[in-house]
Amino acid sequence: MKILVAVKRVVDYAVKVRVKPDRTGVETTNVKMSMNPFCEIAVEEALRLREAGAAAEVIAATIGPAQSADTLRTALAMGADRAVHVLHEPDPVRPLLPLAVAKILRAVALQEKPGLVILGKQAIDDDCNQTGQMLAGLLQWPQGTFASKVLLDKEKQKATVEREVDGGLETICLDLPAVITTDLRLNQPRYATLPNIMKAKSKVIKKVTPEDLNVDIRSDMEVIEVTEPPKRKAGVILSSVDELLDKLKNEARVL
Amino acid sequence: MSRRAAERLLRRLGPLAVEQPARGITHTQNGYSNNIVNSRRRFHCVPSSQYPQHGPRTTGAYDVQKSAGKASEVQKRAFGTAATHVPRNPAYAVLNSDDVSYFKSILGDSGVVQDEDRVAVANVDWMGKYRGASQLLLLPKSTTGVSKILSYCNSRRLAVVPQGGNTGLVGGSVPVYDEIRSVSIPCLQVIVSLAGMDKIISFDNVNGILTCEAGCVLENLSTFVENEGFIMPLDLGAKGSCHIGGNVSTNAGGLRFIRYGSLHGNVLGLEVVLANGTVLDMLTTLRKDNTGYDLKHLFIGSEGSLGVVTKISILTPAKLPSTNVAFLSCNDYISCQKLLLAARRNLGEILSAFEFMDHHCIDLAMRHLEGVQNPLPASPYKFYVLIETTGSDESYDKSKLEAFLLRSMEDGLVADGVIAQDISQASNFWRIREGISEASVKVGAVYKYDLSIPVEKLYDIVEEMRSRVGDNADVLGYGHLGDGNLHLNIVSSKYDDNLLAQIEPFVYEWTSAQRGSVSAEHGLGLMKAEKIHYSKSSEAVSAIDGLHQETAGPQFNPKSLQGSTSVCTVLKVPPIILQLNVKGMDLLYQVQISDVSKAFPGSVRKDGTDRRELEEIVRSRS
Repeated sequence: MKILVAVKRVVDYAVKVRVKPDRTGVETTNVKMSMNPFCEIAVEEALRLREAGAAAEVIAATIGPAQSADTLRTALAMGADRAVHVLHEPDPVRPLLPLAVAKILRAVALQEKPGLVILGKQAIDDDCNQTGQMLAGLLQWPQGTFASKVLLDKEKQKATVEREVDGGLETICLDLPAVITTDLRLNQPRYATLPNIMKAKSKVIKKVTPEDLNVDIRSDMEVIEVTEPPKRKAGVILSSVDELLDKLKNEARVL
Repeated sequence: MSRRAAERLLRRLGPLAVEQPARGITHTQNGYSNNIVNSRRRFHCVPSSQYPQHGPRTTGAYDVQKSAGKASEVQKRAFGTAATHVPRNPAYAVLNSDDVSYFKSILGDSGVVQDEDRVAVANVDWMGKYRGASQLLLLPKSTTGVSKILSYCNSRRLAVVPQGGNTGLVGGSVPVYDEIRSVSIPCLQVIVSLAGMDKIISFDNVNGILTCEAGCVLENLSTFVENEGFIMPLDLGAKGSCHIGGNVSTNAGGLRFIRYGSLHGNVLGLEVVLANGTVLDMLTTLRKDNTGYDLKHLFIGSEGSLGVVTKISILTPAKLPSTNVAFLSCNDYISCQKLLLAARRNLGEILSAFEFMDHHCIDLAMRHLEGVQNPLPASPYKFYVLIETTGSDESYDKSKLEAFLLRSMEDGLVADGVIAQDISQASNFWRIREGISEASVKVGAVYKYDLSIPVEKLYDIVEEMRSRVGDNADVLGYGHLGDGNLHLNIVSSKYDDNLLAQIEPFVYEWTSAQRGSVSAEHGLGLMKAEKIHYSKSSEAVSAIDGLHQETAGPQFNPKSLQGSTSVCTVLKVPPIILQLNVKGMDLLYQVQISDVSKAFPGSVRKDGTDRRELEEIVRSRS
């Protein structure tokens, strides 16, 4: 069984993001970029499933410009077997939205025919939390989102997923093939060791374009302006309840 | 005690007063018990359990007041239940309420702290090893305030300790105290903390020159300049608490030393307040200024003994966007060395840190630090190396580092390793290295040594120390291999004099034999004040002494004690401690002999002492 893992190249989690002076987007030049943390967790889970014997091959996929190959190299250095790079130059005015990403991944999945697709639950740059769910819908596959534990049963071709929901933990059983999105507590991603980095140099990265996959990724949304949120004003310290009532009545006008 | 007995005692104790920098001669060869040796090391304690009531601590004997006309100064302290009057040290005054009100008038009520809890915190160093008994903490807010404090203390002969972040590891930032004596007595030292002077004055963001006050915390400065696209030229584990003024006064080294060099090269100007209150404004932001002696270099590394640094202008290098960190393991120390050589050649201009640690350090860090995991699990490797590169092109740097590491692995220099893929992985690696110090303190007791040794021999001392202490303690060796600087830590569950005897003076003598430095970057402070002779010739020490003497010029007029007593005491011959029973009272004499060689023939110091004079004095007071 093959596992397809989708990864995204984003601004590093530890970087303080700034808006570009012309307000067309976020500053990304000369800023450290790395793999989305949830995607790292997804790759780690796929590798663990392969090491447990539940799968034979792990394929990493990404959509982005030429530099996204670095992210694929990281996935390969962690242990993925091969990679697919869907080339797409980002346009800040018409960014690649989750629906387009889902359509592309559907095309890749139909080509590669994996038994399981694992994605991070959301990307830390747009926080959409939509791609996994849309992909499952397009493929008509069952989905287990916000997974905090995954158990694969190879003979029965079922996956038991423990999901983190608002009320606590929900355990569901999915028939394979399925889509799983990973949450933070699923695992601790491994480091890329030197021997694996060495091996990764000889692993294959297949390059394709959205046209090759017959996917129309024309975006219906246009970004007009990006601004920082207004700075939070300091609170006011009041001295008595009367003052509070007065302010609520006259200034905030909620009473 | 009869006169003859006193004389005999003096004769016996004579050789002790001589610092023996010679190789291989241990103090125990003199035939005296460890007690006295240890007391000298710690400066003031002669274990004297019969006499619970103690006198004041011994700052006085170490003052830098020139004993012109006096061959020696004898500080008499009274012990025993009969003693109610604590004799005052003639050189230092005792703090009184008039002083406190004067300070309040200059600094305001908030600037004068007598609250016991806050003063108690300022009295102890970060390791909890050195504890002072000062009762007054001053927080000036400006250079004028510092100047007024110092000129007042100078006129009143009040001893002063300047304090920054109090993160020093050699007891240089806290008032000195005699651990055995615990009676509260009028304090002799005033702590002047610069924590109130934490403004950033200006930043030239074209040239990267930062001007700020001395009390700014290093981490805050780092954040500030990083916002502007620059970085501080130094980085240490203590960055969250240490002050830049303290860093400059102690010539701190740190993790970026290998790339950006020492503070002597990066500090462009200083504003310093001298001991008599004179403000010396050398706060220039010029890169080049060859007009006369460059005085600021005297203050950098002087540990507060020549003046209190109040403002600094420092050159900050540009922040380069691409940083890569690799955590590697090696099988033996030779590989670490060869790796360093290879890194210098192959990584060259992008190498920005090269740290090594042995597996004892890693084990300790894993046990005591939270949220830290070993990046190389299940590895039996002996040594670990952390390499950081900083450059301007991400992909170029990464491929260069990868190529270098893969080649090193093929050559057998590196057994295994990981490269950080994002910033949080990189911080994890650094957390391990920076947390070793923190973890060692959690074990209980730690003896820290900071040595500069030729790289080939660096690890030998660790192995020798391990065989010496055996199972009593765990010996850690780690440090800035790129600078030839070893941090030798011996951790145990509690402080133990027997363990200490195994360690010192062996470690100093060994280092001295390798012509290394007994304090690479930590400074002398209290801990190593006497040890300067291991790394500096007596002529050099005399020259340093000369600067301190009043005759060096009215500019340097430290009548009041600047800095912890320790650095000043370096310059004087250590005292002899005599315990004599005179007229039924046991008295402790601390004898400061400014002139030694006549009294102690064969000593290294060539200055003469009239020993007969000393005997006369003792006799007359008997």
